[in-house]
Amino acid sequence: MQEFPKISRMGERAILLQFEPEISEKVLKKVLAYQKILQEKILKEGVEVINTYNSLLITYNTAIEITYDGFLQLKEELERTKIQDNFKSHLFHIPVCYDQKFGIDLQEISQAKELQIREIIGLHSTALYTVYFTGFLPGFLYLGGLPEELHFSRREHPRLEVPKGAVGIGEKQTGIYPQKSPGGWNIIGNSPVPLFDPYLDPPCEIKAGDKMRFYEVSLEEHQEILEVVEKGEFKFRKEEYDG
Amino acid sequence: MPGLYSSIQDLGRFGFRKYGVPLSGAMDQRAAGMANLLLQNEPNAAVLEITLQGPVLMFQEAAEIVVTGADLSPVLDGEKLFNNHTVPVKEGQVLKFGGRISGFRAYVGIKNGFQSPKILKSRSWCKGVTPHHRMEKGMEIPFLKGDISASEKFSTVRSDAYLTSEVIEAFPGPEFELLSASEKERLRKGHFSVGKDSDRMGIRFQEKLQNSLAPIITGPVLPGTVQLTPSGVMISLMRDGQTTGGYPRILQITEEGMDILAQKLPGEELYIKLVNYL
Repeated sequence: MQEFPKISRMGERAILLQFEPEISEKVLKKVLAYQKILQEKILKEGVEVINTYNSLLITYNTAIEITYDGFLQLKEELERTKIQDNFKSHLFHIPVCYDQKFGIDLQEISQAKELQIREIIGLHSTALYTVYFTGFLPGFLYLGGLPEELHFSRREHPRLEVPKGAVGIGEKQTGIYPQKSPGGWNIIGNSPVPLFDPYLDPPCEIKAGDKMRFYEVSLEEHQEILEVVEKGEFKFRKEEYDG
Repeated sequence: MPGLYSSIQDLGRFGFRKYGVPLSGAMDQRAAGMANLLLQNEPNAAVLEITLQGPVLMFQEAAEIVVTGADLSPVLDGEKLFNNHTVPVKEGQVLKFGGRISGFRAYVGIKNGFQSPKILKSRSWCKGVTPHHRMEKGMEIPFLKGDISASEKFSTVRSDAYLTSEVIEAFPGPEFELLSASEKERLRKGHFSVGKDSDRMGIRFQEKLQNSLAPIITGPVLPGTVQLTPSGVMISLMRDGQTTGGYPRILQITEEGMDILAQKLPGEELYIKLVNYL
Protein backbone atom coordinates (compact mmCIF):
# COMPACT_ATOMS: atom_id res chain seq x y z
CA MET A 1 0.00 0.00 0.00
CA GLN A 2 1.26 3.49 -0.84
CA GLU A 3 2.42 5.72 1.99
CA PHE A 4 0.37 8.69 0.76
CA PRO A 5 -2.23 9.86 1.29
CA LYS A 6 -2.13 9.42 5.03
CA ILE A 7 -5.71 9.25 6.26
CA SER A 8 -6.61 10.31 9.78
CA ARG A 9 -9.51 11.72 11.69
CA MET A 10 -9.58 15.36 12.68
CA GLY A 11 -12.18 15.72 15.40
CA GLU A 12 -15.71 14.35 15.23
CA ARG A 13 -16.67 15.84 11.90
CA ALA A 14 -13.65 15.68 9.63
CA ILE A 15 -11.21 13.33 7.92
CA LEU A 16 -7.79 14.59 6.88
CA LEU A 17 -5.89 13.24 3.86
CA GLN A 18 -2.22 14.26 3.77
CA PHE A 19 -0.15 13.88 0.62
CA GLU A 20 3.61 14.29 0.06
CA PRO A 21 4.76 17.29 2.14
CA GLU A 22 5.79 19.57 -0.68
CA ILE A 23 4.47 22.56 -2.57
CA SER A 24 4.41 21.48 -6.20
CA GLU A 25 2.06 21.32 -9.14
CA LYS A 26 2.53 17.58 -9.21
CA VAL A 27 1.13 17.19 -5.70
CA LEU A 28 -1.60 19.77 -6.37
CA LYS A 29 -2.82 17.81 -9.41
CA LYS A 30 -2.99 14.65 -7.36
CA VAL A 31 -4.83 16.44 -4.54
CA LEU A 32 -7.37 17.97 -6.93
CA ALA A 33 -7.91 14.68 -8.78
CA TYR A 34 -8.63 12.90 -5.48
CA GLN A 35 -10.94 15.74 -4.45
CA LYS A 36 -12.94 15.28 -7.65
CA ILE A 37 -13.22 11.52 -7.16
CA LEU A 38 -14.27 11.93 -3.53
CA GLN A 39 -16.93 14.48 -4.34
CA GLU A 40 -18.30 12.86 -7.47
CA LYS A 41 -18.07 9.17 -6.69
CA ILE A 42 -17.58 8.43 -3.03
CA LEU A 43 -19.15 11.01 -0.76
CA LYS A 44 -22.75 12.10 -0.49
CA GLU A 45 -23.81 15.48 -1.67
CA GLY A 46 -23.37 18.12 1.00
CA VAL A 47 -20.13 16.71 2.38
CA GLU A 48 -17.47 19.35 1.89
CA VAL A 49 -13.94 18.60 0.70
CA ILE A 50 -11.46 21.47 0.84
CA ASN A 51 -7.91 21.38 -0.45
CA THR A 52 -4.65 23.04 0.49
CA TYR A 53 -1.16 22.51 -1.01
CA ASN A 54 -0.91 18.87 0.04
CA SER A 55 -4.05 18.08 2.03
CA LEU A 56 -7.73 17.39 1.64
CA LEU A 57 -10.16 17.85 4.49
CA ILE A 58 -13.47 16.03 4.26
CA THR A 59 -15.93 17.83 6.51
CA TYR A 60 -19.35 16.63 7.52
CA ASN A 61 -22.10 18.96 8.63
CA THR A 62 -22.86 16.69 11.56
CA ALA A 63 -20.98 13.54 12.46
CA ILE A 64 -18.63 11.53 10.26
CA GLU A 65 -20.50 8.88 8.33
CA ILE A 66 -17.47 6.74 7.57
CA THR A 67 -16.25 4.29 10.19
CA TYR A 68 -12.59 3.56 10.69
CA ASP A 69 -12.85 0.42 8.54
CA GLY A 70 -14.32 2.64 5.91
CA PHE A 71 -11.02 4.54 5.88
CA LEU A 72 -9.14 1.55 4.54
CA GLN A 73 -11.78 1.02 1.88
CA LEU A 74 -11.55 4.69 1.00
CA LYS A 75 -7.80 4.38 0.64
CA GLU A 76 -8.02 1.26 -1.51
CA GLU A 77 -10.64 2.84 -3.70
CA LEU A 78 -8.53 5.96 -4.18
CA GLU A 79 -5.50 3.88 -5.05
CA ARG A 80 -7.39 1.95 -7.70
CA THR A 81 -8.47 5.14 -9.39
CA LYS A 82 -6.41 6.39 -12.30
CA ILE A 83 -5.42 9.99 -11.88
CA GLN A 84 -5.72 12.17 -14.93
CA ASP A 85 -2.60 14.18 -15.33
CA ASN A 86 -4.01 17.09 -17.24
CA PHE A 87 -7.24 18.82 -16.47
CA LYS A 88 -9.05 21.80 -17.84
CA SER A 89 -8.78 25.06 -16.00
CA HIS A 90 -8.85 28.77 -16.76
CA LEU A 91 -6.15 31.37 -17.17
CA PHE A 92 -7.23 34.67 -15.62
CA HIS A 93 -5.69 38.02 -16.59
CA ILE A 94 -5.67 40.26 -13.54
CA PRO A 95 -5.07 44.02 -13.75
CA VAL A 96 -2.69 45.52 -11.18
CA CYS A 97 -1.79 49.19 -10.73
CA TYR A 98 1.83 49.34 -9.54
CA ASP A 99 1.78 53.14 -9.11
CA GLN A 100 3.61 54.23 -5.96
CA LYS A 101 0.31 55.49 -4.59
CA PHE A 102 -0.49 51.80 -4.05
CA GLY A 103 2.94 50.15 -4.23
CA ILE A 104 4.13 51.59 -0.93
CA ASP A 105 6.90 49.00 -0.43
CA LEU A 106 8.27 48.98 -4.00
CA GLN A 107 11.06 51.40 -3.09
CA GLU A 108 12.19 49.25 -0.17
CA ILE A 109 12.22 46.04 -2.24
CA SER A 110 14.02 47.87 -5.04
CA GLN A 111 16.83 48.91 -2.69
CA ALA A 112 17.12 45.63 -0.85
CA LYS A 113 17.08 43.48 -3.98
CA GLU A 114 19.06 45.93 -6.15
CA LEU A 115 16.36 45.81 -8.79
CA GLN A 116 14.83 48.75 -10.63
CA ILE A 117 11.13 49.25 -9.84
CA ARG A 118 10.43 48.65 -13.56
CA GLU A 119 12.23 45.32 -13.30
CA ILE A 120 10.17 44.29 -10.27
CA ILE A 121 6.95 45.16 -12.13
CA GLY A 122 8.21 43.35 -15.23
CA LEU A 123 9.02 40.17 -13.31
CA HIS A 124 5.81 40.23 -11.31
CA SER A 125 3.58 40.75 -14.34
CA THR A 126 5.14 38.22 -16.71
CA ALA A 127 5.18 35.19 -14.43
CA LEU A 128 2.47 32.54 -14.76
CA TYR A 129 0.95 31.77 -11.38
CA THR A 130 -0.92 28.67 -10.20
CA VAL A 131 -3.85 28.95 -7.82
CA TYR A 132 -3.30 26.33 -5.12
CA PHE A 133 -6.30 27.05 -2.91
CA THR A 134 -8.39 29.72 -1.20
CA GLY A 135 -7.91 30.24 2.52
CA PHE A 136 -6.99 32.67 5.32
CA LEU A 137 -9.70 35.18 4.34
CA PRO A 138 -12.77 34.78 2.09
CA GLY A 139 -11.41 34.98 -1.48
CA PHE A 140 -7.70 34.98 -0.55
CA LEU A 141 -5.88 32.95 -3.22
CA TYR A 142 -2.68 31.09 -2.41
CA LEU A 143 -0.54 31.47 -5.54
CA GLY A 144 2.58 29.62 -6.57
CA GLY A 145 5.05 30.77 -9.19
CA LEU A 146 6.57 34.00 -7.83
CA PRO A 147 9.98 34.44 -9.57
CA GLU A 148 12.83 33.78 -7.17
CA GLU A 149 14.26 37.27 -7.73
CA LEU A 150 11.16 38.64 -5.99
CA HIS A 151 11.20 36.42 -2.91
CA PHE A 152 11.27 38.85 0.01
CA SER A 153 10.71 38.37 3.75
CA ARG A 154 7.52 39.50 5.45
CA ARG A 155 7.51 42.85 7.23
CA GLU A 156 8.90 42.75 10.73
CA HIS A 157 5.91 44.69 12.02
CA PRO A 158 2.71 43.68 10.23
CA ARG A 159 0.45 46.58 9.28
CA LEU A 160 -2.79 46.83 11.23
CA GLU A 161 -4.62 47.66 8.05
CA VAL A 162 -3.89 46.77 4.46
CA PRO A 163 -6.44 48.09 1.94
CA LYS A 164 -8.76 45.90 -0.13
CA GLY A 165 -7.10 44.85 -3.38
CA ALA A 166 -3.54 45.32 -2.10
CA VAL A 167 -1.07 43.11 -3.98
CA GLY A 168 1.70 41.84 -1.74
CA ILE A 169 4.82 39.73 -1.56
CA GLY A 170 5.62 37.58 1.49
CA GLU A 171 8.51 35.11 1.34
CA LYS A 172 7.92 32.93 -1.73
CA GLN A 173 4.34 33.98 -2.19
CA THR A 174 2.39 36.74 -3.83
CA GLY A 175 -1.31 37.47 -3.45
CA ILE A 176 -4.15 39.96 -3.35
CA TYR A 177 -5.91 40.97 -0.12
CA PRO A 178 -9.60 40.44 -1.00
CA GLN A 179 -10.72 42.77 1.76
CA LYS A 180 -9.28 45.29 4.20
CA SER A 181 -7.33 43.36 6.84
CA PRO A 182 -4.18 43.35 8.95
CA GLY A 183 -1.25 42.12 6.89
CA GLY A 184 2.46 41.41 7.01
CA TRP A 185 3.26 41.26 3.31
CA ASN A 186 5.11 43.96 1.36
CA ILE A 187 2.67 45.88 -0.79
CA ILE A 188 3.65 46.47 -4.42
CA GLY A 189 0.35 47.46 -6.04
CA ASN A 190 -3.42 47.20 -6.06
CA SER A 191 -5.90 45.21 -8.10
CA PRO A 192 -9.47 46.50 -8.53
CA VAL A 193 -11.00 43.09 -9.34
CA PRO A 194 -13.62 41.55 -7.03
CA LEU A 195 -12.28 38.29 -5.59
CA PHE A 196 -15.14 37.54 -3.22
CA ASP A 197 -18.82 38.46 -3.46
CA PRO A 198 -21.03 36.91 -0.77
CA TYR A 199 -24.14 37.70 -2.82
CA LEU A 200 -23.03 35.36 -5.63
CA ASP A 201 -22.99 31.55 -5.50
CA PRO A 202 -20.22 30.59 -5.98
CA PRO A 203 -18.82 33.70 -4.27
CA CYS A 204 -15.41 33.28 -5.93
CA GLU A 205 -14.85 32.73 -9.63
CA ILE A 206 -11.16 31.80 -9.47
CA LYS A 207 -10.47 28.40 -7.94
CA ALA A 208 -7.76 25.87 -7.15
CA GLY A 209 -5.99 24.64 -10.28
CA ASP A 210 -6.61 27.84 -12.27
CA LYS A 211 -3.75 29.94 -13.65
CA MET A 212 -3.25 33.65 -13.25
CA ARG A 213 -1.20 36.36 -14.90
CA PHE A 214 -1.02 40.02 -13.85
CA TYR A 215 -0.96 42.94 -16.29
CA GLU A 216 -0.09 46.52 -15.48
CA VAL A 217 -2.73 49.27 -15.55
CA SER A 218 -2.46 53.02 -14.89
CA LEU A 219 -4.12 54.85 -12.01
CA GLU A 220 -6.84 56.02 -14.42
CA GLU A 221 -7.51 52.52 -15.74
CA HIS A 222 -7.56 51.19 -12.15
CA GLN A 223 -10.23 53.76 -11.31
CA GLU A 224 -12.25 52.91 -14.43
CA ILE A 225 -12.27 49.20 -13.57
CA LEU A 226 -13.33 50.02 -9.99
CA GLU A 227 -16.31 51.93 -11.38
CA VAL A 228 -17.30 48.97 -13.57
CA VAL A 229 -17.03 46.71 -10.50
CA GLU A 230 -19.21 49.04 -8.46
CA LYS A 231 -21.90 48.97 -11.16
CA GLY A 232 -21.81 45.18 -10.95
CA GLU A 233 -20.76 44.90 -14.60
CA PHE A 234 -17.24 43.57 -14.17
CA LYS A 235 -16.24 40.42 -16.06
CA PHE A 236 -12.91 38.65 -15.68
CA ARG A 237 -10.68 38.37 -18.75
CA LYS A 238 -10.10 34.66 -18.96
CA GLU A 239 -9.42 31.86 -21.39
CA GLU A 240 -9.43 28.07 -21.24
CA TYR A 241 -6.17 26.51 -20.21
CA ASP A 242 -4.93 22.96 -20.63
CA GLY A 243 -2.47 22.15 -17.90
CA MET B 1 -28.14 49.22 23.57
CA PRO B 2 -26.09 46.55 21.81
CA GLY B 3 -24.27 44.91 24.75
CA LEU B 4 -20.62 43.88 24.70
CA TYR B 5 -20.78 41.71 21.60
CA SER B 6 -24.08 40.44 20.28
CA SER B 7 -24.67 38.74 16.96
CA ILE B 8 -27.21 36.63 15.09
CA GLN B 9 -26.11 33.02 14.65
CA ASP B 10 -27.52 29.75 13.38
CA LEU B 11 -25.72 26.40 13.08
CA GLY B 12 -23.23 27.89 10.63
CA ARG B 13 -22.37 28.58 7.02
CA PHE B 14 -21.68 25.10 5.76
CA GLY B 15 -20.18 24.38 2.34
CA PHE B 16 -18.25 27.59 1.64
CA ARG B 17 -14.98 26.89 3.40
CA LYS B 18 -13.36 26.19 0.04
CA TYR B 19 -13.74 29.91 -0.67
CA GLY B 20 -12.08 30.80 2.62
CA VAL B 21 -15.41 31.52 4.33
CA PRO B 22 -15.41 30.71 8.07
CA LEU B 23 -17.98 28.22 9.32
CA SER B 24 -19.48 30.66 11.87
CA GLY B 25 -22.57 29.67 13.87
CA ALA B 26 -23.30 29.72 17.59
CA MET B 27 -20.19 29.43 19.79
CA ASP B 28 -22.15 27.24 22.20
CA GLN B 29 -24.11 25.03 19.82
CA ARG B 30 -25.69 23.13 22.67
CA ALA B 31 -27.29 26.23 24.18
CA ALA B 32 -28.46 27.49 20.78
CA GLY B 33 -29.91 24.05 20.06
CA MET B 34 -31.69 24.01 23.43
CA ALA B 35 -33.33 27.36 22.63
CA ASN B 36 -34.69 26.06 19.33
CA LEU B 37 -35.77 22.77 20.86
CA LEU B 38 -37.79 24.49 23.58
CA LEU B 39 -39.45 26.78 21.03
CA GLN B 40 -40.10 23.82 18.69
CA ASN B 41 -38.13 25.61 15.98
CA GLU B 42 -36.11 23.88 13.32
CA PRO B 43 -32.54 23.24 14.64
CA ASN B 44 -30.98 25.78 12.26
CA ALA B 45 -33.25 28.67 13.31
CA ALA B 46 -31.26 31.84 14.02
CA VAL B 47 -30.76 32.93 17.63
CA LEU B 48 -29.16 35.98 19.20
CA GLU B 49 -25.80 35.24 20.81
CA ILE B 50 -24.86 37.66 23.56
CA THR B 51 -21.57 37.95 25.39
CA LEU B 52 -21.23 38.70 29.13
CA GLN B 53 -23.00 42.07 29.03
CA GLY B 54 -26.33 41.72 27.35
CA PRO B 55 -28.12 44.20 25.13
CA VAL B 56 -31.39 46.01 25.85
CA LEU B 57 -33.99 44.71 23.44
CA MET B 58 -37.41 46.22 22.79
CA PHE B 59 -39.93 43.94 21.09
CA GLN B 60 -41.96 45.77 18.47
CA GLU B 61 -44.34 42.81 18.09
CA ALA B 62 -45.57 40.10 20.41
CA ALA B 63 -43.27 37.08 20.47
CA GLU B 64 -42.38 33.89 22.26
CA ILE B 65 -38.79 33.74 23.48
CA VAL B 66 -36.41 31.72 25.60
CA VAL B 67 -32.99 32.50 27.08
CA THR B 68 -30.41 29.69 27.26
CA GLY B 69 -26.68 29.25 27.88
CA ALA B 70 -24.98 31.61 30.33
CA ASP B 71 -27.10 32.96 33.18
CA LEU B 72 -26.77 36.73 32.74
CA SER B 73 -29.80 37.57 34.92
CA PRO B 74 -32.37 38.25 32.18
CA VAL B 75 -35.23 40.58 33.12
CA LEU B 76 -38.40 41.26 31.11
CA ASP B 77 -40.02 44.58 32.06
CA GLY B 78 -38.58 44.31 35.54
CA GLU B 79 -39.59 40.70 36.04
CA LYS B 80 -36.89 38.08 36.45
CA LEU B 81 -36.75 35.40 33.76
CA PHE B 82 -35.47 31.88 34.16
CA ASN B 83 -33.13 30.34 31.62
CA ASN B 84 -34.56 27.45 29.61
CA HIS B 85 -38.19 28.57 30.17
CA THR B 86 -40.13 29.85 27.18
CA VAL B 87 -42.01 33.05 27.85
CA PRO B 88 -44.57 35.07 25.90
CA VAL B 89 -43.56 38.69 25.27
CA LYS B 90 -46.03 41.49 24.58
CA GLU B 91 -45.48 44.24 22.07
CA GLY B 92 -43.40 47.02 23.63
CA GLN B 93 -41.84 44.91 26.40
CA VAL B 94 -38.15 45.32 27.12
CA LEU B 95 -35.64 42.53 27.75
CA LYS B 96 -32.53 43.44 29.74
CA PHE B 97 -29.68 41.57 31.33
CA GLY B 98 -28.01 42.09 34.69
CA GLY B 99 -25.07 40.52 36.49
CA ARG B 100 -23.44 37.32 35.36
CA ILE B 101 -24.27 34.25 37.44
CA SER B 102 -22.64 31.58 35.26
CA GLY B 103 -21.13 31.14 31.81
CA PHE B 104 -20.05 33.74 29.26
CA ARG B 105 -22.46 33.53 26.31
CA ALA B 106 -26.26 33.51 26.48
CA TYR B 107 -28.72 32.91 23.66
CA VAL B 108 -32.08 34.50 22.99
CA GLY B 109 -34.22 32.20 20.90
CA ILE B 110 -37.45 33.39 19.32
CA LYS B 111 -40.38 31.43 17.87
CA ASN B 112 -39.55 30.69 14.16
CA GLY B 113 -36.07 32.20 14.55
CA PHE B 114 -34.72 35.67 13.77
CA GLN B 115 -35.11 36.53 10.10
CA SER B 116 -31.96 38.50 9.25
CA PRO B 117 -31.09 37.83 5.58
CA LYS B 118 -29.56 34.54 4.51
CA ILE B 119 -26.19 35.09 2.89
CA LEU B 120 -24.45 32.04 1.42
CA LYS B 121 -27.24 29.89 2.88
CA SER B 122 -26.80 31.03 6.48
CA ARG B 123 -28.07 33.83 8.69
CA SER B 124 -24.94 33.79 10.85
CA TRP B 125 -23.22 37.15 11.06
CA CYS B 126 -19.52 37.14 10.22
CA LYS B 127 -17.04 39.92 9.53
CA GLY B 128 -16.17 40.17 5.84
CA VAL B 129 -19.13 38.04 4.81
CA THR B 130 -22.32 39.71 6.09
CA PRO B 131 -23.13 43.46 6.19
CA HIS B 132 -23.01 43.48 10.01
CA HIS B 133 -20.96 41.35 12.33
CA ARG B 134 -22.13 42.69 15.68
CA MET B 135 -25.24 44.39 16.98
CA GLU B 136 -25.21 48.16 17.07
CA LYS B 137 -27.41 50.66 18.89
CA GLY B 138 -30.72 51.26 17.17
CA MET B 139 -30.52 48.18 14.95
CA GLU B 140 -33.76 46.39 14.15
CA ILE B 141 -33.77 42.62 13.78
CA PRO B 142 -36.78 41.08 12.05
CA PHE B 143 -38.71 38.07 13.28
CA LEU B 144 -41.90 36.45 12.08
CA LYS B 145 -45.05 37.35 13.92
CA GLY B 146 -46.72 34.03 14.42
CA ASP B 147 -49.01 32.07 16.67
CA ILE B 148 -47.81 32.37 20.17
CA SER B 149 -48.27 29.28 22.18
CA ALA B 150 -50.04 29.80 25.47
CA SER B 151 -48.29 26.96 27.23
CA GLU B 152 -45.00 27.65 28.88
CA LYS B 153 -42.29 25.11 28.00
CA PHE B 154 -39.22 24.48 30.00
CA SER B 155 -36.43 22.01 30.34
CA THR B 156 -36.95 19.85 33.42
CA VAL B 157 -33.51 18.32 33.05
CA ARG B 158 -30.84 20.21 34.89
CA SER B 159 -28.69 20.54 31.77
CA ASP B 160 -26.46 23.49 32.51
CA ALA B 161 -23.73 21.71 34.49
CA TYR B 162 -21.41 22.05 31.48
CA LEU B 163 -21.37 25.82 32.02
CA THR B 164 -19.10 25.35 35.02
CA SER B 165 -17.13 22.33 33.78
CA GLU B 166 -13.36 22.81 33.88
CA VAL B 167 -12.51 19.90 31.63
CA ILE B 168 -12.09 20.38 27.89
CA GLU B 169 -11.75 17.12 25.95
CA ALA B 170 -9.48 17.13 22.94
CA PHE B 171 -8.19 14.64 20.38
CA PRO B 172 -4.52 14.71 19.37
CA GLY B 173 -4.15 17.03 16.37
CA PRO B 174 -2.29 16.18 13.15
CA GLU B 175 1.04 17.47 14.56
CA PHE B 176 0.56 16.27 18.16
CA GLU B 177 3.08 13.45 17.81
CA LEU B 178 5.82 15.95 16.92
CA LEU B 179 5.65 17.49 20.40
CA SER B 180 8.36 16.47 22.87
CA ALA B 181 7.49 14.11 25.71
CA SER B 182 7.66 16.93 28.25
CA GLU B 183 5.37 19.15 26.21
CA LYS B 184 2.86 16.33 25.86
CA GLU B 185 3.05 15.79 29.60
CA ARG B 186 2.42 19.46 30.25
CA LEU B 187 -0.66 19.34 28.03
CA ARG B 188 -1.95 16.35 29.97
CA LYS B 189 -1.19 17.58 33.45
CA GLY B 190 -1.20 21.33 33.28
CA HIS B 191 -3.99 23.78 33.84
CA PHE B 192 -4.66 26.48 31.31
CA SER B 193 -6.73 29.63 31.31
CA VAL B 194 -8.49 31.69 28.70
CA GLY B 195 -6.52 34.76 27.62
CA LYS B 196 -7.89 38.26 27.11
CA ASP B 197 -7.41 38.45 23.33
CA SER B 198 -10.10 35.88 22.71
CA ASP B 199 -13.13 36.25 20.51
CA ARG B 200 -15.32 34.38 18.04
CA MET B 201 -12.30 33.84 15.79
CA GLY B 202 -10.03 32.26 18.35
CA ILE B 203 -9.43 31.68 22.05
CA ARG B 204 -5.88 32.14 23.27
CA PHE B 205 -4.61 30.34 26.30
CA GLN B 206 -2.56 32.37 28.78
CA GLU B 207 -0.05 29.63 29.57
CA LYS B 208 2.56 28.88 26.93
CA LEU B 209 4.18 25.66 25.80
CA GLN B 210 7.77 25.42 24.71
CA ASN B 211 7.65 25.25 20.96
CA SER B 212 10.43 23.50 19.14
CA LEU B 213 8.32 22.63 16.11
CA ALA B 214 8.90 24.02 12.65
CA PRO B 215 5.98 25.68 10.87
CA ILE B 216 3.99 23.34 8.64
CA ILE B 217 3.03 23.73 5.00
CA THR B 218 -0.21 25.71 5.29
CA GLY B 219 -2.97 23.15 5.78
CA PRO B 220 -6.66 22.87 6.67
CA VAL B 221 -7.88 23.90 10.12
CA LEU B 222 -11.30 23.74 11.78
CA PRO B 223 -13.11 25.33 14.68
CA GLY B 224 -11.57 23.58 17.68
CA THR B 225 -8.15 23.16 16.08
CA VAL B 226 -5.51 24.25 18.61
CA GLN B 227 -2.53 25.85 16.88
CA LEU B 228 0.87 26.36 18.50
CA THR B 229 2.45 29.66 17.45
CA PRO B 230 6.25 30.14 17.20
CA SER B 231 6.23 31.96 20.56
CA GLY B 232 4.49 28.97 22.21
CA VAL B 233 1.01 30.45 22.48
CA MET B 234 -1.83 27.97 22.04
CA ILE B 235 -4.75 29.34 20.06
CA SER B 236 -7.96 27.39 19.68
CA LEU B 237 -9.69 28.46 16.50
CA MET B 238 -13.36 29.15 17.15
CA ARG B 239 -16.43 29.44 14.91
CA ASP B 240 -15.30 32.50 12.93
CA GLY B 241 -11.75 31.17 12.63
CA GLN B 242 -9.83 31.05 9.37
CA THR B 243 -10.04 27.95 7.16
CA THR B 244 -6.31 27.28 6.70
CA GLY B 245 -3.22 27.85 8.82
CA GLY B 246 0.53 27.32 8.92
CA TYR B 247 1.09 26.65 12.63
CA PRO B 248 1.35 23.10 13.98
CA ARG B 249 -2.10 21.73 14.87
CA ILE B 250 -1.52 20.05 18.21
CA LEU B 251 -5.08 19.39 19.39
CA GLN B 252 -8.60 19.11 18.05
CA ILE B 253 -11.12 20.02 20.73
CA THR B 254 -14.32 17.94 20.80
CA GLU B 255 -17.66 19.51 19.88
CA GLU B 256 -18.71 19.31 23.53
CA GLY B 257 -15.37 20.82 24.58
CA MET B 258 -16.00 23.75 22.22
CA ASP B 259 -19.34 24.48 23.92
CA ILE B 260 -17.65 24.42 27.34
CA LEU B 261 -14.79 26.62 26.12
CA ALA B 262 -17.25 29.13 24.63
CA GLN B 263 -18.64 29.63 28.15
CA LYS B 264 -15.31 30.48 29.82
CA LEU B 265 -14.51 33.97 31.02
CA PRO B 266 -11.02 35.36 30.39
CA GLY B 267 -8.86 34.15 33.28
CA GLU B 268 -10.99 31.11 34.10
CA GLU B 269 -9.02 27.90 34.57
CA LEU B 270 -9.47 24.72 32.63
CA TYR B 271 -7.86 21.34 32.13
CA ILE B 272 -7.29 19.53 28.88
CA LYS B 273 -8.26 15.89 28.82
CA LEU B 274 -6.71 14.05 25.91
CA VAL B 275 -9.06 11.51 24.37
CA ASN B 276 -8.47 9.07 21.55
CA TYR B 277 -10.56 8.04 18.62
CA LEU B 278 -12.48 4.83 19.14
